[in-house]
Parts: sequence; structure tokens; C-alpha cells
Amino acid sequence: MGTGTVTAQPGKSSADAQAETVRVERVSKRYGQRAALRGVTFTAHAGEAVALWGANGAGKSTLLKAMLGLVQCQGEILIGGQSVRRAGKAVRRLVGYVPQEMAFYDERVRATLGFYAQLKGVGAARVDELIDRLGLAGHADAAVAALSGGLKQRLALAVALLADPPVLLLDEPTANLDAAAQQDYLRLLADLRTREGKTILFASHRLEEVEALADRVLLLEQGELVVILTPTELLARVLPEVELTLWVPADRRLEAVNTLTGSGWSAHANGRGTVVVRVRAGHKAQPFQALQARGIAVDDFELARGGAWN
Amino acid sequence: MELRLFWTVARRELREALRNKWLWLYAAGFAALALALSRAGLSAAGYSGLGGFGRTAASLINALLLFVPLMGLSVGAAALAGDRERGTLLYLLAQPVSRAQGLGAAGLALAAAGGGSASIYLALAGYTLLLALTALGLGLALSALTRKAATAAGAALVAWLGLVFFADLGLVGATLALRPPPSGLLAWVLVNPLQTFKLGAIYSLHATLDTLGPAGQYAVYRFGDALPILLIGVLAAWCAASFGAAWLLFARRGDA
Repeated sequence: MGTGTVTAQPGKSSADAQAETVRVERVSKRYGQRAALRGVTFTAHAGEAVALWGANGAGKSTLLKAMLGLVQCQGEILIGGQSVRRAGKAVRRLVGYVPQEMAFYDERVRATLGFYAQLKGVGAARVDELIDRLGLAGHADAAVAALSGGLKQRLALAVALLADPPVLLLDEPTANLDAAAQQDYLRLLADLRTREGKTILFASHRLEEVEALADRVLLLEQGELVVILTPTELLARVLPEVELTLWVPADRRLEAVNTLTGSGWSAHANGRGTVVVRVRAGHKAQPFQALQARGIAVDDFELARGGAWN
Repeated sequence: MELRLFWTVARRELREALRNKWLWLYAAGFAALALALSRAGLSAAGYSGLGGFGRTAASLINALLLFVPLMGLSVGAAALAGDRERGTLLYLLAQPVSRAQGLGAAGLALAAAGGGSASIYLALAGYTLLLALTALGLGLALSALTRKAATAAGAALVAWLGLVFFADLGLVGATLALRPPPSGLLAWVLVNPLQTFKLGAIYSLHATLDTLGPAGQYAVYRFGDALPILLIGVLAAWCAASFGAAWLLFARRGDA
């Protein structure tokens, strides 16, 4: 677990050797009296996926927009060594952006890609390549409005990849997708990161997204970067305790409760004839070990994440 | 490279502008009214061709005065706020496009979209184009100020009412109450782009001094043959100021 200005993923030595593609230094943004961002500082390297985690209004989307130069803010943001403030257009050539809400003109898929390709100075061959690669070949002549959420998300990714940018910014990438499309899309992103070394920064509030894709998680609270975590650490933090319901022989139940409370856990026997104990996520086996050490057999168990206390 | 970007965005905006149902509705309404006025005027006169300033021309100028600012303001107001509401503005500005290119291309495309109706009356085309551009610039400025397309459309309507009716009523009221000298009256006329356009349009049709009114008579007396240059200059200044204000408001906003 790191805090403040941690720059590399713990245990990821190769990242140190790789190029730093994103540097965000003391970035602040106020909307009237409300601070949307407060001195956010971090870096990201080529091939790294960084999640921006936080509640609504934590500053995730504002930070992404600031990185595109769409929001004027204090501090410095460098992408590919270029300042977003001083060379916004040049920076946007290095960045592919996928917004949360897909907002396309009322056109067909190929025409939409063609328009953005012209903006980015990319030829028609690249459009065809991305249509094939992102599974849009069967929909190239379809109206964008007729596409499913998953296909629109793929189209947005295709637009983002047109100029083959080293950095991808994604705002809630799978928020509008069903489970199958979500897995599919995350695999696609993971592939871009590992095979092409793209730096991926994405705002998220979905644990499965973070677990599948992120190397590091920047935890934002009210515009402040409070800590940098690994996905596992985030899981433990977001879901700090689990509730175990244990079936133990009736004559050993009271002893089991005493054993567990004596070991520091909060435990009690409930009305169903079972023992309920709360443990930290990542330490679920310990109550079993403690009971086994006292020779108390556990016949069965149930697990509830973040459930109510009985 | 930069010009290519500009044209790409402009073409895109033109396509969007031509999908604006209000533009077509106003254009069709204006065309129908203009044709009806022309036909009525020609039937009464018993001949065809441009006959200088008369009842028909006066009616057409008044129709232009009503429709051109309404079209310019409405289309301009719908442009940025509508794109912002749909999210397409954010997406466009997230591409390697500067704000100046985005606003400039939108202005050019919308002006081109309105150009068809402006060219109906070639004799007035210059003044009409400048008036349309001024209204478009004001509409874009309102669009840059507001977040929602509906708010922008409402503000455009209020601005149109203000320019078309309230300024006119204010001029009448002020003349009656304050009895300003002709120079003061002319200054008041030049403050309103619609009145400036009206004066220029009537003058361009070789109107008599009577039809120009006291402000117009004073303007002819004071500036003579240089009057069209002054009027075009005032309208051009209005045009530049409105687009300048739109640009400043759009740039200062700092978001999408």
C-alpha cells in the first residue's frame, strides 16, 4: 500500500524501467466553493493500468477531463512529456478517450470512424483495420443509434485507437454493459495493455473491473488522492469484513463462541443454532484454524460479504 | 493540416445544422412569406422586376428583419448548447481539435446553412448576410453561456424579442419622451444591428428621403455617399463583437 506520490506498482520492477507516460502534479480544481480536485499527484508508466476509484463526485471524471485539457485546473499534467495546458492539441493526439456516455453523431459506423480518422489525420486503411479488429465488421454500415451498448462501447474504443495513442483514458468503461459484454471488453483492454504497452487510466466504481484490469488503484475522496492501493488491498478496504455462519455441534457451540471471541473476533450464537463470526476479508480461514486447534469440528458454513450483522 | 481539421469539423457541423428542423421551418416560412409579398406587390404594380423601394420592398425588409435574426439566434443558440447536452461537444473537444477550430467551424457551417435563404434577395445579400452572422454570433454566445439547449433556445427567443420589438418600442418611446436631436436618434439606431440593417437595406433600394425617416435623413445629410460604408462597418463590428463574445465565453468556460 502506498500513499501520496507513489509512482510505481509495488513489486512491478519492470515498470521502473519503462517510460513514464503520464505525470500529474498537484492538480487542483474548484467549482465555486466546492473543491473537485485537491492537489492530486501521481504518475503512470507504459503498459500500466491505473484505476481511479471513488464515490460519485470524488473527482474521477474531472481528473480525466483535466488530462484531456477539457477542464482548466491548477497544477501540471504532462502526457508523453508534453504539457496539457500548453500543448493541449498535441497531447490529445497521444490520448484516446472513451467517455462513459457514448455521444456520437447520427451517422453510420464507418462514417463515424471516418470523421474521427480525418480529425486525427489517419487513413481509411486504419479504419478498416479497427472495424475488423474490434468486431464491428458486421455493423460497419449500420446506424450508430441502432447499435447495442456493447457495440457502441467498441466503436468508442475504435475511435480512441485510431491514431494508435500510447495512453487510453476511459470513464467507467463497462458501466453500460451486461456481464458477457463486460468480460469481453475487459479482455480487449487487457490485451491492449499487455501486447501493445498502452497506459490505461480508467475511472471505475466496479470491483470486477479493477480486479480484472488494474495494476494500481488511486483512491479519491472529495477530490483528494487519499491512498494508492493494489486491487487486493482495495477489496479488503471496500469490503473490510465478511460474515461467516458456522454449523458446529450443539454441545460445543458455547465453547466455539468463547474460542472465537477469545481470539479477538466478534462472534455470537444465533437463533438458528449456528455461530456467526465476523472476520477481515483475506483472513477467512483463521476462525476454522482456531476452532480446529480446540478440537471443535465445523460441519458447514455460509459466507456473506458485507452483510448485516445477523 | 490545420485547415483540413477546420474543414472536417465545418462539414460535420454543416450536416448537423441542416438537420436542424427549426432552420428549415424558418426558411420555409420566410420563403413562403417572401413569395406571397412579392406576388401581391407585383400584381398590384402590374409589372415585374426590381422597382426600387415600395410597399413590397418595405414588407420584404420587415420580413427579413423578423426572420433573419430569429434564424441566426435560434440556430446559433442550438449549436453549442445542443452539442454539450448530447455530449458530442465533449467528445469533439477530446480530439486533437482546438476550441477556436470548433467554434469557428461551427460558425462557418451554420452561416453556410443559412446562406441559401439570405441569397434570395441579392440586392440585400450583403446586409442580410452581416445581420445573419451577427445574430448567429449572438446565438453562439448565448449557447456558450448556457448548459441546456432548451435554455439557450429560450434565451435566443428573448434576445430576438428584445432586438425586434423592445428596441423598436424603446426607440419610439425615447423619441417621444426625450425628443433627442437627429444625431442622438441615429446613434440609437446604430446601437441596434436590426435598425442598422433596416437603414442600410432601405438606402440600398434607392429610397427617397421620406422613407428613410429622420435618423436616415440625418445620416444621409451627415455621411452622404459614405453612409453604406458606415452601415456595413457597424454591422461588421457587430458581427465581430458577437463572435468575439462567443469565443471569449466559450474559452472562459473551460469545460465541455
